[in-house]
Amino acid sequence: MAKIPQRKIHDYLRHDKKFPHVWCAGCSNGIVLGAVIRAIDELKLNRDNIVMVSGIGCSSRMPVYVDFNTLHSLHGRAIAFATGVKMYKPGMKVIVITGDGDATAIGGNHFIHAARRNLDLTVVLLNNNIYGMTGGQYSPATPHGDKATTTPYGNIDPNFDICKLAIGAGASHVARTTAFHAIELQKQIKEALEHPGFSLVEAICACPVIYGRLNKKGDAPAMMRNMRDNSIPIKAAEKLPPEQVAGKILRGTFIKEVRAEYTDAYQKMMDQLSPKEGE
Amino acid sequence: MSENVERDKVGTIIHGEDTPEKMEVEYNEVKTTGDLDSPVYIYYNWCKKCGICVAFCPTGCLERQADGSPFVAHPEKCIHCETCDRLCPDFAITGALVKKGEKCDD
Repeated sequence: MAKIPQRKIHDYLRHDKKFPHVWCAGCSNGIVLGAVIRAIDELKLNRDNIVMVSGIGCSSRMPVYVDFNTLHSLHGRAIAFATGVKMYKPGMKVIVITGDGDATAIGGNHFIHAARRNLDLTVVLLNNNIYGMTGGQYSPATPHGDKATTTPYGNIDPNFDICKLAIGAGASHVARTTAFHAIELQKQIKEALEHPGFSLVEAICACPVIYGRLNKKGDAPAMMRNMRDNSIPIKAAEKLPPEQVAGKILRGTFIKEVRAEYTDAYQKMMDQLSPKEGE
Repeated sequence: MSENVERDKVGTIIHGEDTPEKMEVEYNEVKTTGDLDSPVYIYYNWCKKCGICVAFCPTGCLERQADGSPFVAHPEKCIHCETCDRLCPDFAITGALVKKGEKCDD
């Protein structure tokens, strides 16, 4: 029996759950979970006031391992369940953990309408370009020409730019980074948690076991090196000519503005319509 | 292996005797790098041998064993940057708690 000095991150894990966790070797989901825990620890939030909601998928196994109020819901309906939680308990910090297929294909409707309403949710979207858990089907985030088990000769669909989709739908805080940039990811999640309104953090993740194997992207360190070399901060990208930026992952905060929040508007409406004292 | 810990539980948090900061965790059948003076601790039964910590260690402190799992090959090279800690997807590697620097009298 060895005794090991423990870091804060282990304090937030549910030690009665089975570890090591369910994700494959080299999967970036654990890095994102670490960043979420570190951001919450940095903000010193009370863990009884945090609700973590997820749908179905690889990334959506995340709430199982952490010691918050957690809700593991239906495929694609994570934001729908989170909307219900937030409307009933507006004081809670609601974090939605979702994947690319979960949020933009099956739950695309919920995603754009929560963004349109500017409901105070923090959506951490783990984009690994594929449906990993169900066997590697192509998702709306699979890049054009890439292979999946259901597109063995290459995908003919153009893929979503999820950040542009969220900005177009009306989200008030949109940021993107990769799992390799773990410190930046932690900072962006922290800013998203502090932001009043719908905030999206898109984390580009590596799926070395299915997406990486089918597209010959190499093992997990090779995929993470690829993230490091093929991503560029948006401030640096503005100064470069467009042909040098093409095909690169843009990192950074795209939009951050404070707008009227949905639960506040709902509360105002209730205050207006409820009978005053003495009437 | 203490008798109080159930076998199916992977880790049970116990509090250290001296200070609350020295919170320690007990893991079943953990093999450490040998001595507790090592700058990096590796929980071998959580490690999935993906090689990320070895690939991104900036000073080459870690190296891979024959089975792919990391070990602390050059403990003197560790600069406590926590890159391995942040990039490990399995929470299986952690740096030792570093004491803050003390001012020299001279």
